[in-house]
Amino acid sequence: MSVAPHLPALQVVLPLLAAPLTVLLRRPGPAFVVAVAASWCALAIALTLALQVQGDGALSYAIGNWPPPLGIEYRVDALSSLMLVLVAGTASVVLPFARGSIEREIPAAQHYLFYTMFLLCLTGLLGISITGDAFNIFVFLEISSLSTYVLIALGRDRRALLAAYQYLIMGTIGATFIVIAIGLLYLTTGTLNLADLGRRIGSDGGTRPVLAALAFLTVGVSLKAALFPLHQWLPNAYAYAPSAVSAFVAATATKVAVYVLLRFYFSVFGDAQVFARLPMAPMLLLLALAGMFAASTIAIFQTDLKRLFAYSSVGQVGYIVLGLSFDSVSGLTAAIAHLVNHGVTKGAAFMLLGIVAASIGGTSLARVRGLGRLMPWTSAGIVLAGLSLIGIPGTAGFVTKWYLVLAALEAGQWWLVFLIVASSLLSLMYVWRFVEAAYFREPRRDIVPAQVPLSMRVPTALLLALVVIFGLDTTFTVDPAVRAAEMLLGGSR
Amino acid sequence: MSPESALLAALAVPLVGAALIALAGRAPNLRETVTLATALLLLGCVLLLLPAVLAGERPAAALFEMLPGLVIALQVEPLGMLFALVASGLWIVNSLYSIGYLRGNQEAKQTRFFVCFALSLAATMGIAFAANLFTLFLFYEALTLATYPLVTHHGTDKARQGGRVYLGLLLGTSTVFLLPALIFIWHLAGTTDFRPGGILAGRLSHGELAALLALTVYGIGKAALMPFHRWLPAAMVAPTPVSALLHAVAVVKAGVFSVVKVVVYIFGLDNLASTGLGGAADWLVVVAGFTILAASVVALGADNLKRRLAYSTVSQLAYVVMATALLVPLGVIGAVLHIAAHAFGKITLFFAAGAIYTAAHKTEVSQLDGIGRRMPWTMTAFAIGALSMIGLPPAAGFVSKWYMLSGAMAAQHWVAVAVIVASTLLNAGYFLPIVYRAFFVAPAPDAHEHAHGEAPLPMVIALTITAAATVLLFFLPELPLALARQMLAGG
Repeated sequence: MSVAPHLPALQVVLPLLAAPLTVLLRRPGPAFVVAVAASWCALAIALTLALQVQGDGALSYAIGNWPPPLGIEYRVDALSSLMLVLVAGTASVVLPFARGSIEREIPAAQHYLFYTMFLLCLTGLLGISITGDAFNIFVFLEISSLSTYVLIALGRDRRALLAAYQYLIMGTIGATFIVIAIGLLYLTTGTLNLADLGRRIGSDGGTRPVLAALAFLTVGVSLKAALFPLHQWLPNAYAYAPSAVSAFVAATATKVAVYVLLRFYFSVFGDAQVFARLPMAPMLLLLALAGMFAASTIAIFQTDLKRLFAYSSVGQVGYIVLGLSFDSVSGLTAAIAHLVNHGVTKGAAFMLLGIVAASIGGTSLARVRGLGRLMPWTSAGIVLAGLSLIGIPGTAGFVTKWYLVLAALEAGQWWLVFLIVASSLLSLMYVWRFVEAAYFREPRRDIVPAQVPLSMRVPTALLLALVVIFGLDTTFTVDPAVRAAEMLLGGSR
Repeated sequence: MSPESALLAALAVPLVGAALIALAGRAPNLRETVTLATALLLLGCVLLLLPAVLAGERPAAALFEMLPGLVIALQVEPLGMLFALVASGLWIVNSLYSIGYLRGNQEAKQTRFFVCFALSLAATMGIAFAANLFTLFLFYEALTLATYPLVTHHGTDKARQGGRVYLGLLLGTSTVFLLPALIFIWHLAGTTDFRPGGILAGRLSHGELAALLALTVYGIGKAALMPFHRWLPAAMVAPTPVSALLHAVAVVKAGVFSVVKVVVYIFGLDNLASTGLGGAADWLVVVAGFTILAASVVALGADNLKRRLAYSTVSQLAYVVMATALLVPLGVIGAVLHIAAHAFGKITLFFAAGAIYTAAHKTEVSQLDGIGRRMPWTMTAFAIGALSMIGLPPAAGFVSKWYMLSGAMAAQHWVAVAVIVASTLLNAGYFLPIVYRAFFVAPAPDAHEHAHGEAPLPMVIALTITAAATVLLFFLPELPLALARQMLAGG
């Protein structure tokens, strides 16, 4: 029996099986090896699937040979394969980094649990991206969320517990809304398969329960995606979680939530043309703009870099949702490309902060004074990631900004063009908080930077390199994003 | 070496040089040797391109494709050739001067200084040789970032404040105005290539054209058109060699160079001029004229020498913009000549200011009584630079001003004529008193004086060279003229 046809299933099953294995092994060393091996295999599978999809179009896999829509279908298309690569790729980079990082942040007895939870989280995120079944999405969302709560609670700061609890409450509310939405959809259509749902809702889709489902879904997923003003859980969660967790979650979790939004809006409700018939676009647009400006402004006044970048994430989610709200190929391209570009950038940023925390014991702006002299390379790396957040040409962030502005121009909305570019000046301000602290202040006398192992530096450098590469060569970001955008819109018109 | 490889080398040499300078940081003499060698090598590469360009060739190289149809590419045309020649030639002189200045003033972080300088030159070459507006934008932003550490070199609170204004205005204008303009041009024309005659012909109405021109010109904040000129005086907190090469030559010239390039190769002179109701660039003449006069008035009242020079630069840059906006060949030739002429004259003035600071520790105009007797070489060079600014023979500024005035008359633009005449008087009003004080006023008897002569030798050599070049350009303006004519001839 050949493995190749079962790759979609293995994509999820492999990390799922590796998770309990780490519990059985219990010792940090072997658990680490298993986790890294699982994540690298997942990346290999994701890349293989992406190549297959690029060649042959969408793949469908019936779990247990039950044909959809009766059984659960795993479906890999242009969009989901991109998400799989993003999630598995980030995990593959963050896990090797995590070992050195958690040694300094988590008690040794809990190390194996970290790997277990990390693998479960990975399983959940991969599952959401690959499944073609609405209820399955909810199940994987819960797997990833529950494991994330634990991961955040592992942070050494006691406030991590509160942050995890806060996220738990908000996340559960979000999950409840989502399950209500899925229940309503199932009641009215009698199916859970996404493609089938789309067909049955059809082009009228106007019945009240279906619209109620759409509303519940929007709110629930927006909570998970930290769309302003439902972002309250995010800053604390990112700030107090262990560095490796911040890096992984910041790069993937909110992105996968946006993916769910895209999936429902365009694959399920695509034929129903909800964007044309309901005031979806102005609503999303306003929330996105509010997020871009409010969160970026709040970021300027933070005193801790992790919180600063966390608020920046809320702002950046705004860019993604803004792209989505245009309901055009350019807009969706911007949104989807930004999922990757921002994922890579923010992942790199939080890994760099992890190195800073490991070396000088904290990331507050008062503590990183003179970092440019203490840790020139790390410091330059943070500046580079910051430039990508601003959207300086030559970095990944610029590509997104380009498409966002293009989408606004195509829509003939000049005022929006200026708002988009003006908001990037806010990013300039919060990034320069760091620059001025690191390069214009004397280092604190009592701080002696500790050596940071190569296992943390190399993965970080790798991700940083991607920030520049994706800024100059967009073959791996924009091309798939355009394909995905055309696929999402093509289904409906 | 083929012109194509020389073109790539012109970008690579300063980059590699920057890396080598960083590696040689521990050994100052070796480091300075590397800097000078890099500068010489760069000029060599640029000179290799010259015969081909004069023969009508357009060496080109594509680096890579960022988005479909959006290529980061280089191409040499006459205007870029001239700009690259001026910048790379003056880099050599400036390096010599910097060595004297940094050592004479015992500045810290000299390695970072030279590294950033080389990076800035790489970005400048990228701007000069950009084949399309997109590439130009990329290097334009890179230049802002590469010069930021130079502006804030001293690391003081004042430097930090200056740096904020510098970065805020330059990145702010380019992001808020230039980027949307760039994307809009791409959206309209499907390309951002610089082409003779422009790429926007017949695509926009008169009003839209004027609006887009405003976005572009104000987006190019480096041209320091009022009201976005404040970054230039703010940048004067930098060490003087930075003010000299970057804020008299590379950065500000990158600004006006980009304006000329956009007007000629994106909008097209005929396109701008032909749209009824007078040209779509008429407002620009007025704004630039206002900038010329207003900046001159500010300079008149400034006692700090570098501040006076900075406002003089603001005013002189606006000349280039105004002459371009006249949209007549003579005006554009004047603008192009002025890019070169002002570069030589202003760098001489800054060199002199830095020499005065190094030798006599003086920064204010009112302190300069009788300084010409102690520093005759420096002040003679200063006088030549001042003549060039005013536009008097035998200095290069006369030639460019002649063409600009002819252009204004040819266009029958009497406002522009009046501005040029009035500003000449103003220029004389704020430069000649300095020369007069230096040579003819005796130093105040109660002044706290310490014995000093000329600045260190490398600095005196440097400012003598640039002053000589200013005079030389008056007698031999053929090369820039030839390049300017070739540009207009549709090359």
